Amino acid sequence: MIRRLTLRVGEMVLVLLIVSLGVFALVALLPGDPAVAILGEGHAASDYDNLRTELGLNDPLLSRYADWLGGALTGDLGRSVVPPQSDVTDRVVSALPVSVEIAVLGLLIALLVAVPLAMWSAYHEDGWLDRVISAGTFAVLSVPGFLAGLLLIMVFVNTLGWFPRSEWVRLGDGDLLGNVHHAFLPALTVALVELAMFTRVLRSDLIVTLREDFILAARAKGMPPLRILFADALRPSSFSLVTLMGLSLGRLIGSTVIVEYLFSLPGMGSLVVNAANQGDFPMVQGAVLVIAVIYVLINAGIDLSYGYLDPRTRKAHV
Amino acid sequence: MSRTLPKTLLSAVGFVAGIALILLSASPDYFVTALRLVVAVAGVALMIVSGSALGKRLFGDDFDFSFWFSVTWLVLLGLAVALAAWLPLGEHIDVANSLDQPINASPDPFSANPLGTNLFGLDLLARSVYGARSSLVIAVTAVVIGTVIGGAIGMVAGYFQKSVDRVVGIFTNSLLAVPPLILLIALATVLEPKIRNIAFALSLLTIPGMVRLARATTMLYAPREFVVAARALGATRARILFRELLPNVLLPILSLAIVMISILIVAEASLSFLGLGIEPPEPTWGNMIAEGEGSVFEDYPHIVLVPGAFLFLTVFAFNLVGEKARRRWDPRSVKL
Repeated sequence: MIRRLTLRVGEMVLVLLIVSLGVFALVALLPGDPAVAILGEGHAASDYDNLRTELGLNDPLLSRYADWLGGALTGDLGRSVVPPQSDVTDRVVSALPVSVEIAVLGLLIALLVAVPLAMWSAYHEDGWLDRVISAGTFAVLSVPGFLAGLLLIMVFVNTLGWFPRSEWVRLGDGDLLGNVHHAFLPALTVALVELAMFTRVLRSDLIVTLREDFILAARAKGMPPLRILFADALRPSSFSLVTLMGLSLGRLIGSTVIVEYLFSLPGMGSLVVNAANQGDFPMVQGAVLVIAVIYVLINAGIDLSYGYLDPRTRKAHV
Repeated sequence: MSRTLPKTLLSAVGFVAGIALILLSASPDYFVTALRLVVAVAGVALMIVSGSALGKRLFGDDFDFSFWFSVTWLVLLGLAVALAAWLPLGEHIDVANSLDQPINASPDPFSANPLGTNLFGLDLLARSVYGARSSLVIAVTAVVIGTVIGGAIGMVAGYFQKSVDRVVGIFTNSLLAVPPLILLIALATVLEPKIRNIAFALSLLTIPGMVRLARATTMLYAPREFVVAARALGATRARILFRELLPNVLLPILSLAIVMISILIVAEASLSFLGLGIEPPEPTWGNMIAEGEGSVFEDYPHIVLVPGAFLFLTVFAFNLVGEKARRRWDPRSVKL
């Protein structure tokens, strides 16, 4: 167990090192001169050279990487090159909670809807509602997040006027209801694709589980269907679902980025997209690094949770 | 026979009527907005139900309506893209040529601009077809690159295993350690938005999945008798990889490639929607949808709905065809 854990952690560190090197090396590929981008055209050649020295751009790539990584480890991700040249760490720290909230809320909505839907579908396999749910979830999987978001805005903001757009109430302001009111539609947009995925996977696993002997035994004892579904069938059927949640994390982060842009929310997504549009490379590097670290850590956590869900994998899973 | 014929006829009439209802609901002259929606939904439902009934009568009970619908859509789209220059389409890119056209015209299947026009009077049908060209060229190129490179690396890792496999594993994990869209955005910061560059960036997304599938399938076949026999006969490694293993790895990989195309079409559309992909006036579905952002689509929903429908139908079709291919050919049904 400990050997496995150290191997896993070692590989994780290696992966993160490679990723950070890749992210950092993007600057070397950047067309044009960052100094010109910051100062604008028409300055003396020495001005550009001074700025380049000041930014450390004249040092060799590897030593710059070491500096940057050292800074990142102590929480200093450098400064933006676009005015007002704000501190990257500050911006990331203020943007992160927004994204996390949207993602978590989206995941919650997806689970709350998917579990009952999948249960109904599996319990009434091949009924008409099951077929509608299967067809509907497949169709939803083919709707890109930004399109779904625009359609939701069209219906709920423009036509019905139930929700606001383009505003955000920070969670720290004490106005919880206002916060949820602003976060609901973005979270729902994020939830749609996940919801469809979860329903499909959980349905097919539940169908297999419901055919097992222990379910038959529970039924023969006269247990009510809801109790069988929730107490007996759900846990052994949720293995693929948890794997899928890990795999869908990347997509979840991606759709959060899109949704934040769409609803103009001050999260990581808007941060990265705006920085990318302005060629603000320290901001892009810092934000991508933070996202990658979080992503790798959560994935590792999900790997470890398999053992809890299905005791059979405690030994077999490598 | 005398009793089944009327039913066949009935289904055929229903199918045509369904399409007619969809066309009618798309033209502004006949219904008010809320009713148009109802008519459109009724048309779609009628088309699906009677189309599948008609297919079952004509081709037997195994007929899968949504599959053949998807195939038909992809073939039509492919033809339209290939023949775009010779089709009688409206102006798609040059604003100077559309000065005499109505602005933000609603779709009207029976007019010169069947799917309407945008803010500059450019024809939305023409733009959607040319948008399909960029989308398909980018996605297919990226998938081909990713499949060849990822497949080759995966087969080598799966066949030689040991240290080769470990190194490959760490590199694929590193590529997977950045969420796909974030990786794309990071690359878009650096690369110029050209078709070639975007195809290259997207191909990076397909490589890890391909490596994993090719590796797993190779490991499945490597211990089999025919491979052992080939090795015992003194076949070279290259011969075993190409002549013995490749034919078995190919089909699962190709079915994954079809699903990948739909993922990449969405990724490319997202990128252009964010303003980081191909730039207007060159049309892509993503930047066409972005034109409707803000308050434009409150007044003119078709600006979003037309390219949105193209995007949805294409992604749906690739998903469905790919899913079917995967169920048939993939021995392990690997999830991404």
